[in-house]
Amino acid sequence: MRVGVVTFPGSNDDRDALHAVAVMGGEPVALWHNDADLKGVDAVVLPGGFSYGDYLRTGAIARFAPVMGAVCDFAESGGPVLGICNGFQILCEAGLLPGALLRNSGLAFICRWVHLRVESAQSRWSRAARLGEVIRIPIKHGEGRYYADAETLKSLEDNDQVVLRYCDESGRVTEEANPNGSFGNIAGIRNSSGNVLGMMPHPEHAVDSLLGPTGGRAIFGSLISEHLAGVGR
Amino acid sequence: MSAAEATSSAPGYSQLGLKPDEYEEICRVLGREPSTTELAMYSVMWSEHCSYKSSKVHLATLPTKGPRVLMGPGENAGIVDVGDGLAVTFRIESHNHPSFVEPFQGAATGVGGIVRDILAVGARPVAIMDSLRFGDPTDALTRHLVRGVVHGIGQYGNSIGVPTVGGELRFDPCYAGNPLINALCVGVLPADRILHGRADRVGDVAILLGAKTGRDGIGGVSVLASATFDEESQAKRPSVQVADPFREKLLIEACLELAEKRLLQGLQDLGGAGFTCATCETASRGHRGMRVWMDRVPLRESSMEPFEVAMSESQERMLAIVAPSNAEEVEAICAKWGVPATRIGEVTEGSILEVHWKGEIVASIPARSLADEGPVYERPMERPEWLDRVQATDLSRLPVPEDLGEALVKILSDPNQADAAWVYEQYDFLVQHNTLEGPTGDAAVLRLPNSSRGIAISTDGNGHYSYLDPYTGAALSTAEAARNVACTGAQPVAVTNCLNFGNPENPNVMWQFAEVIRGMGDACRSLGTPVTGGNVSFYNETSGEAIHPTPVVGVLGLLEDVERRCGNAFRASGDAVWLLGPTMVEFGGSEYSRVIHGVLGGLPPSIDLDLEARLHKLLVESISAGLLSSAHDLSEGGLGVALAESAIAGGIGADLHLPQRKAPHVWLFSESASRVLVSVCPEAEDDLRAMADRWEVPALRLGQVGGDRVNIDGVLDLSVTELGEARRSPLPRLMSEGL
Repeated sequence: MRVGVVTFPGSNDDRDALHAVAVMGGEPVALWHNDADLKGVDAVVLPGGFSYGDYLRTGAIARFAPVMGAVCDFAESGGPVLGICNGFQILCEAGLLPGALLRNSGLAFICRWVHLRVESAQSRWSRAARLGEVIRIPIKHGEGRYYADAETLKSLEDNDQVVLRYCDESGRVTEEANPNGSFGNIAGIRNSSGNVLGMMPHPEHAVDSLLGPTGGRAIFGSLISEHLAGVGR
Repeated sequence: MSAAEATSSAPGYSQLGLKPDEYEEICRVLGREPSTTELAMYSVMWSEHCSYKSSKVHLATLPTKGPRVLMGPGENAGIVDVGDGLAVTFRIESHNHPSFVEPFQGAATGVGGIVRDILAVGARPVAIMDSLRFGDPTDALTRHLVRGVVHGIGQYGNSIGVPTVGGELRFDPCYAGNPLINALCVGVLPADRILHGRADRVGDVAILLGAKTGRDGIGGVSVLASATFDEESQAKRPSVQVADPFREKLLIEACLELAEKRLLQGLQDLGGAGFTCATCETASRGHRGMRVWMDRVPLRESSMEPFEVAMSESQERMLAIVAPSNAEEVEAICAKWGVPATRIGEVTEGSILEVHWKGEIVASIPARSLADEGPVYERPMERPEWLDRVQATDLSRLPVPEDLGEALVKILSDPNQADAAWVYEQYDFLVQHNTLEGPTGDAAVLRLPNSSRGIAISTDGNGHYSYLDPYTGAALSTAEAARNVACTGAQPVAVTNCLNFGNPENPNVMWQFAEVIRGMGDACRSLGTPVTGGNVSFYNETSGEAIHPTPVVGVLGLLEDVERRCGNAFRASGDAVWLLGPTMVEFGGSEYSRVIHGVLGGLPPSIDLDLEARLHKLLVESISAGLLSSAHDLSEGGLGVALAESAIAGGIGADLHLPQRKAPHVWLFSESASRVLVSVCPEAEDDLRAMADRWEVPALRLGQVGGDRVNIDGVLDLSVTELGEARRSPLPRLMSEGL
């Protein structure tokens, strides 16, 4: 499976995402912000970083990059798209996912390993996970507080679109386990058809056992693995 | 000299920080009075910060050569051969004064500057570390500085995608008026692709890359970095540079692509002394001259005068030296990354740096005289008379606390020993997917690309020890940084140093400096770790009050196999706990004396450098043989703090028995050097003992890992949770005060 990773000016985790794709057995393909050609990839990852410096609202400029038109078309025709951190922010700005990411409630950037509970296995990016499973993936962001209006939140919940929630070690979704004040402890959501996932935690940093826990395998493995049962973590 | 300068409002030499005899020397070199632009150029290049004029004679005594050293001091950063065709470069630099004047920008640009030094040798920056020292954290100004500096470092490092993997955070009243912000960067590059900051081929083009030049940072190295502080210093804020990490990120990627495609003949960052430094240093190293058209430099403000352009320290700029045939390709790659590239000069025969401005020559100076032939001083030195009194402090009279558990909790909750998560969680320590051990390790450990090898890096300094005895203090700091590296299983291979001192014109300060260099040199020779580069920061004093002499040492270690490394957390119940190294009654400069008794006096711990070196061999060998479950260096706070940290990190307790031959408080809180707390599975104990005997390192079995309490029979009994809470809560509590 060929997985494209877009590099915007200011992307930082693009090389990490390419590496994670390779570790998981996919074929990594580098995509460029200024090039509308997706090179025939089977899936697209928008990586973390600070696209265009994020000096305006996060992701607000990146959504206008030439590549994004192609990504939106790709997503709308059912192609799998994963937005990680800044990529999630870009997906929200581009209207592929509802809501927005606000400044963390503690006002500081946080880099930390967190526990996440898998809330929906009904997405192209979480189908290898077990419902209710607790995985460990790190977060690293200053603006990761998921926000949406009450109606949108309700619709996300009703339609099983919340994919990941911050929780404690034993899977309890508590206020203490919420690192950034996200509404409903939401760490990741999918679109209604399940091919687009946006998440603040960084699964690309959690696929290589040499570096630590491997909760990210549930995400990349859902996409890449041909034999879902074989996704180890 | 030229009409362009006739209306100049330029300052005179003394305002630029030059001394009368230095001005005379400039006239002698030139055979005439300097022009305004020339004077500005000399003032920055001959500043203490750039010329090392007070430190040069002492630095020359440090060992700088070794089998692994590919490039030593004198270039942008030292480079070490790590095998598998790879080289590692690293350097540490101070940004103390700018960070006091404007903490956020000062710290951010400190990171940006050291990253560009690493970039200049053609390496990808792979890690940042920060050694931070502030005044009393209960003081509101200190907290403001801490917040600003940490935010600035985080914002910059996070935005450019280089992980900040560790560092230090210390508080002492001596830094209240002069915090220390020392930033270290590590880079990795193919060993056959080292770039030099050199212009050695006549006809090559000098291309200025990156941001436009503005009026920020004018005189940063001279007016700000090479003078002491007083009440007027806040007015120096315009001398602080302004950071744009996004520009830096693009500059990094563009330069790395240029380096990978081998399109560069030389590369140099524009940092301290900006345009002047980059042009004269590249020309001087290449034994050539350079003709530059400075009016081609893209400016933020068109009204800038030539002397301002020459001195500006605007950030995120590099100077590339390129063969004319490659210039167009260089420009195309820069355009792809959105990095402005401007041809501003050419390499010439001879040795003159010739600066043109709007059709006139505003400077014509032998490049060497600016870059390498600045003044050199052998400043007078005198041992401070107060030192005898301080060293004579009798620590044996200090009353031993009745409850040693309570004393340990008190030390653990001191801001100097408390958990620094409040700081390091604001830094991305994961990006680039190489971080095997991050900020919680004894040293940070990174894997190398396409290699089974890794590197370990640690920064350490101890102003208290160096205040009591600068020679021993420097040796202890060097040994500690190397020991931290060895505790991961890596062999220490090289040193970079950041030497923070008061005013070198004060003979007492100069004596401290010379002693520190002597101590560091001896330690580096014994430990086999040559000094590959670094930075001297003098004039760290405010209104006549100097900081403690504070050498900060960065040690790089080489890990043969990343699968065979060691952490500092207790791992398994039933593992035996051993103490490697000898314990003596040594409380001078200790946390026990300071935190429990409020005393800073006596002599710092003694150090046997041969024993230290053998201890490192023992660690590397035993870890590589897979014997150790954990290894944790004993330093500030002694065994008590190390034991608590290993237990907290592992979430598991220990049951220990201390031999009777010394009082329990000595075992717990003495800071004798060359010691490591290890845990080892019972089957490996005999091997460890035999190995320790062979390396002639004393080894003592203290007990075993297990349970949820740290129990030392009859002395203390505390739960791991209590210990963890003691360490975890102080910084967040302090830093949220007044918000």
